Amino acid sequence: MNQREDKKILLAHGGGGRLTSNLISSLILPRFDNEVLGKLTDSAAIELSSSSVLFTTDSFVVKPLFFKGGDIGKLSVCGTVNDLAVAGAKPVALSLSLIIEEGFETALLERILDSAANTAAEAGVRIVTGDTKVVEKGSADGIFINTAGIGTRVAGAELSFDKITPGDCIIINGTIGDHGMAIMSKREGIEFELSIESDCACLADLTCKILESTPGVRFMRDPTRGGVAAVLNEIAEGRRCDIEINEKPVPVNPAVKAAADMLGFDLLDIANEGKVLIVASQDSAEAVLNICRNHPLGRQGQVIGRVAETAAEAPIVEMITAIGGKRIVRTPYGRDLPRIC
Amino acid sequence: MCLAVPARIVELADDRAVVDAMGNRWKCRTTLTPDVKLGDIVLIHAGFAITTIDEEEAQKTWELIAEFDEFQKEQEKGSPIE
Amino acid sequence: MLNRIMTAHRQMDAACEKVGGQINIMEVCGTHTVSIFRNGIRPTLPRRLKLLSGPGCPVCVTDQGFIDVMLELAQHDDCIIATYGDMVRVPGRAGSLETNHLSNVKVVLSSDDALKLAEKHPDKTVVFIAVGFETTTPATAVAVGEADRKGIENFCVLSGHKLVIPAMRALLSDANNKIDAFLCPGHVSVIIGSEAYGEIVSEFARPCVVAGFEPMQIIEGLAEICRQIVRGTAQVGSVYQGVVSAAGNTTARKIVAEYFEPYDGYWRGLGTIAGGTLRLKDKYKRFDALERFGIEEIPAEELAGCLCGKVLSGLIDPPECGMFENKCTPDTPVGPCMVSSEGACAAWYKYGRIRKRRS
Repeated sequence: MNQREDKKILLAHGGGGRLTSNLISSLILPRFDNEVLGKLTDSAAIELSSSSVLFTTDSFVVKPLFFKGGDIGKLSVCGTVNDLAVAGAKPVALSLSLIIEEGFETALLERILDSAANTAAEAGVRIVTGDTKVVEKGSADGIFINTAGIGTRVAGAELSFDKITPGDCIIINGTIGDHGMAIMSKREGIEFELSIESDCACLADLTCKILESTPGVRFMRDPTRGGVAAVLNEIAEGRRCDIEINEKPVPVNPAVKAAADMLGFDLLDIANEGKVLIVASQDSAEAVLNICRNHPLGRQGQVIGRVAETAAEAPIVEMITAIGGKRIVRTPYGRDLPRIC
Repeated sequence: MCLAVPARIVELADDRAVVDAMGNRWKCRTTLTPDVKLGDIVLIHAGFAITTIDEEEAQKTWELIAEFDEFQKEQEKGSPIE
Repeated sequence: MLNRIMTAHRQMDAACEKVGGQINIMEVCGTHTVSIFRNGIRPTLPRRLKLLSGPGCPVCVTDQGFIDVMLELAQHDDCIIATYGDMVRVPGRAGSLETNHLSNVKVVLSSDDALKLAEKHPDKTVVFIAVGFETTTPATAVAVGEADRKGIENFCVLSGHKLVIPAMRALLSDANNKIDAFLCPGHVSVIIGSEAYGEIVSEFARPCVVAGFEPMQIIEGLAEICRQIVRGTAQVGSVYQGVVSAAGNTTARKIVAEYFEPYDGYWRGLGTIAGGTLRLKDKYKRFDALERFGIEEIPAEELAGCLCGKVLSGLIDPPECGMFENKCTPDTPVGPCMVSSEGACAAWYKYGRIRKRRS
């Protein structure tokens, strides 16, 4: 777009006319250039190597838009890539839909698009189709993004609750709570400078490596909102089994813990964007762990628990604490409020 | 009712300070601890330093993390997770 | 550390042997409650050593009337309610600040932030919800002092600040109490000093030991109490070395004394406690929200059927309340003990069950 124009996004940019095509040709195409997107057809045509296709979607409304370790652009690609990855797929293509508030700064939009483009390129996925809408001031909080993604199932990867068996190991690829605490620092009313970064990252390379070489993986899920606590409870409920977790091996960044302590949060409840919980058979746990630890996104991987027997009554997630105590881990309440007094 | 964490004073002007806890920086007031100096370790509650902490004691509290790690290695011999 | 835990447990066993019956140790600090549960300490203690959770959660002991006044003030368009996160979900008669979806409620981490809000919005009155024990009161006092000096007249305080020692006295004065000793709050003690518990010890002959909030602190605090029980003494003790002094923070106490005075206020579930609540002194009454808005007195009301009072006095455990886990859950709380992040009921619900193993 030329200098004279558009430091801010106008309603007309979403109108489908000249400004829209300018926006597409100058901001979007150059960043996501690939032959599918470049055709600018109403729908993208993609050849898939398998008919076992997985499909997912997610919307991103994160606030603040920019945080240490990422931004909404990176998040919108990682989030959908990860949903495919943990379901046992190799991600192939994404759609990218933007809903932009009138008056949004073009420079910020460019930063976000750069981020999305770089993240997609690093993850080896193409953004093949998309949409841009602009709404009146006040109708969207800056920018909302939706991404949908398709992937092909990794051969032999049949992941489900039903596959989970008592005795299976529960593995996590790294430190917990980083993303949620990094976001917290930028929220209104909380002014502190954190040394910690969001762990926002695309996990597909790691998960595909694990699935391609290890037969015993039963189930995977990424602990986003609600943290590890929520996912452990989902597994317990989904499979009607009790789960035992050991607090000591759970990887924690001391700086993240210090921030959580200051605000009264339990890191088990806090969101992650670059982590995956893997349920694997006892026999394959070591192999899974080795692949993790040899991968940049899994160096601090640990076995943190195991699937106990089928639940007698309501399933429980029980934790042995660092001092040898016992407590349960529950799904957290929806909203995190800092404690003080 | 009394969430408070230890942090080191890294900036100080009048009764306003910046403290560092494990690399996180927070603003706080030192109105209740007027004798603090740059480099002191203080306990922060609700945005105020409420006391200084003896450095050795503070290290012990922080060091508990290192101790937990050692403890963990000991425990791993009899860990319930196989 | 393993050694330290084992030593502590030996001391606890010795005390249980000596007494021959149950030993009840009460903690009076919500942060202790949470730490005890989060670290799963209870299941590790000898069966005859019982931990009672007392009225240490300042949100829980804030009476219903206070909550309703807060909600009423929040309805004023020209008010901004500045509050610590703890108060947002506590239910009054007509829901909570959260369920009322009020846009003029701001969560703050410090009284400083509340004052800044007042400076930033001169057309609004900022009402700072001042709840908390002695650790938190000095922060409010500093804010009132600054509002006074700088002439920030659109700032006022709804004061629910309370004092721990009058509560301890009131609990022990109840003939039904089962308390053998107190685990004393680490950070309140930073302000009041450990020697403040001397009056409880001399009047009621119960050991009072100050501990911090790390799990080893709590375990060693309990062990110290047990050592006293074995020796047959009742003394003030502390395992929070290097942090708590005998004299406490005199600067902080002086600042509080300048602006606040104790009176016989109402504590949820415990009734009126002599000298247990703080209000602004007459000289600073213009910063008192009740005065500012012409509210005569905070009516003391209890929720029918709610047993928070018994839980707060340590007379029952949360699971003994008929509503626990069915009608009253963190998502649908009836009383504050379930909604407050430091409430005994919330802690029990969130952390407390143990898995029944199939043999």
